[in-house]
Amino acid sequence: MLILALVFGATFALAQDHDHGSHDGHDHDTHETHQPHNDDHAHADDHGHGGSCGDHHEDSGYDPVSTVMNHIADANEFHVWKGVHIPLPLFLYAPDHGWTTGLSSMFHHGHQAVDRYVINHGRVNRVADDSFPMGEVHIDGILHKVEEVNGKNKDVYYVCAKGELFKLDPPSTVDGGFLGGGITSFYDFSITKNVFTLFLAAILLIFVWNAVARGYKKNEGKAPSGIQSFFEVFFVFIRDEVTKPMIGEKHYERFQPFIMTLFFFIMFINLLGLVPFFPGSANVTGNLAVTLVLAVFTFLVTNLNGKKDYWEHIFWMPGIPGWVKIILTPVEILSLFIKPFSLMIRLFANISAGHIIILSLIGLTFLFGDNGQNVGGAAGGALIGGLFTAFMNLIELLVALLQAFIFAILSASYIGAAVEEHHHDEAHAH
Amino acid sequence: MTEVLFLADFSVIKPDPGLIFWTALVFILVWGILGTMAFKPIQKALKKREDDIQGSLDEARKAREEMSNLKAENEALIKEAQEERAKILKEAKEAKDAIVNEAKTKAKEEAQKIVASAKTEIEQQRLAAMTDLKNQVGLLAIEVAEKVLRKELKGDANQEKFVNTLVDEIKLN
Repeated sequence: MLILALVFGATFALAQDHDHGSHDGHDHDTHETHQPHNDDHAHADDHGHGGSCGDHHEDSGYDPVSTVMNHIADANEFHVWKGVHIPLPLFLYAPDHGWTTGLSSMFHHGHQAVDRYVINHGRVNRVADDSFPMGEVHIDGILHKVEEVNGKNKDVYYVCAKGELFKLDPPSTVDGGFLGGGITSFYDFSITKNVFTLFLAAILLIFVWNAVARGYKKNEGKAPSGIQSFFEVFFVFIRDEVTKPMIGEKHYERFQPFIMTLFFFIMFINLLGLVPFFPGSANVTGNLAVTLVLAVFTFLVTNLNGKKDYWEHIFWMPGIPGWVKIILTPVEILSLFIKPFSLMIRLFANISAGHIIILSLIGLTFLFGDNGQNVGGAAGGALIGGLFTAFMNLIELLVALLQAFIFAILSASYIGAAVEEHHHDEAHAH
Repeated sequence: MTEVLFLADFSVIKPDPGLIFWTALVFILVWGILGTMAFKPIQKALKKREDDIQGSLDEARKAREEMSNLKAENEALIKEAQEERAKILKEAKEAKDAIVNEAKTKAKEEAQKIVASAKTEIEQQRLAAMTDLKNQVGLLAIEVAEKVLRKELKGDANQEKFVNTLVDEIKLN
């Protein structure tokens, strides 16, 4: 209840915040919009202190796309407002160097490299060059270039130190290079903004459900009260509308904890993501890594509990001619993977899209304001953007609950199909 | 350039192994902790409560049925008792009547007996009195007759005349 109230409050606070923020001209987003971040992280670069680094001057106009993309991305520090960052713990692993730990504040917001690691747009990068010294090194700035790699244009970042440029590696990703990432010289196991939000959601969930479970002990044989009666509605709803009809009377009890965990884990993270200030605002379920893990759990729970009938229907569908089976079996095998894949994409796309739309609407202020040149335009943009943002936040609130529900009910239906036992006649009716 | 930036910076579609690791860890922890600490006990408690409610409803229905049965039984008992009372009253009345009638008959008979014996007694007394009277009158008459005779019968003529009269009187008698 508290979180719902918080989100409602935050929705309007956000709208108001941006109405006022635009007049002051220095709120959180204004700061972020100076595209290359260099005026915050790398003054030296932008203002031409660093010799060779100064040659690569960048346009400093408002780039809405990169601003939005930077906001929905994961980060190694929690940006609160201009110049105020909450540092987060770092656990970095480079195969050729071993583990490096610390706090993200050790990078001095991009002015210092530590053991070849630097912070770039809120994310830890590593200097791949062995000639770069270890330990703490002052850096003059971070430079952005577009280079052609294997026939594709790619963003490449360089760190500028001691008058020289060193290429930066982003953290490794496991997309196999298909999505523009790949394995680089280090892995980032840090408590990032997203991981922090995961922990926060986990702690909130455990706190809330512990209170609810205590209520059942305290009020045994009595009517439920307080927080217990509020969350009982959800529990009974998931049981009666999701697990019972989808999985069936016989098996639903075994899967109720899993479906409940999915629903509440996703819902709490989604709602935290809608809170526009610390400790919320992280785009966690809008990150493919998170939805991938959740979908994999559903895949594992479904298929590890698959009964004989389920596998029979996949590999050798009974009651149809042989030549149809040859076509149907590959389709069924594909569907094994397409189902969790669709879960992964649906949640990711919905939440990411929501964050992108809200950030774009707020970005209208700066776009109409011509990057601080046109106060009237900024006011107009803030008004329109603020109103639309308030409206979008209400929709996102619905989406946050709905997507958690959809993920839970679809997972339940996949599990239901796996544990269902067909009667013999029914099997032949196919 | 924007297009390139978009592709390059759209980092949310590039799964980070660190984030994968932490998400999996946190999810397993939450699943395990909430499952054992909350969801399973809650499921049990809810089930128990639902069973209790169903049990109570069933019991109430049973009790209601028993009550109505009991009521019917009571009514039957009351009816029976009333009938019994009426019967007893009727019998008592009959007995009373019988006793009264008997007593009346007996009394009548007794009275008649007493009256009859009294009549007999009276008759006897009367007869005795009559006899007594007759005897007395007879004695008186004899005395008177003696005296008269003594006086009358001083002469022979008188004696004869008297004897004649006596003879006439006896004839009259």
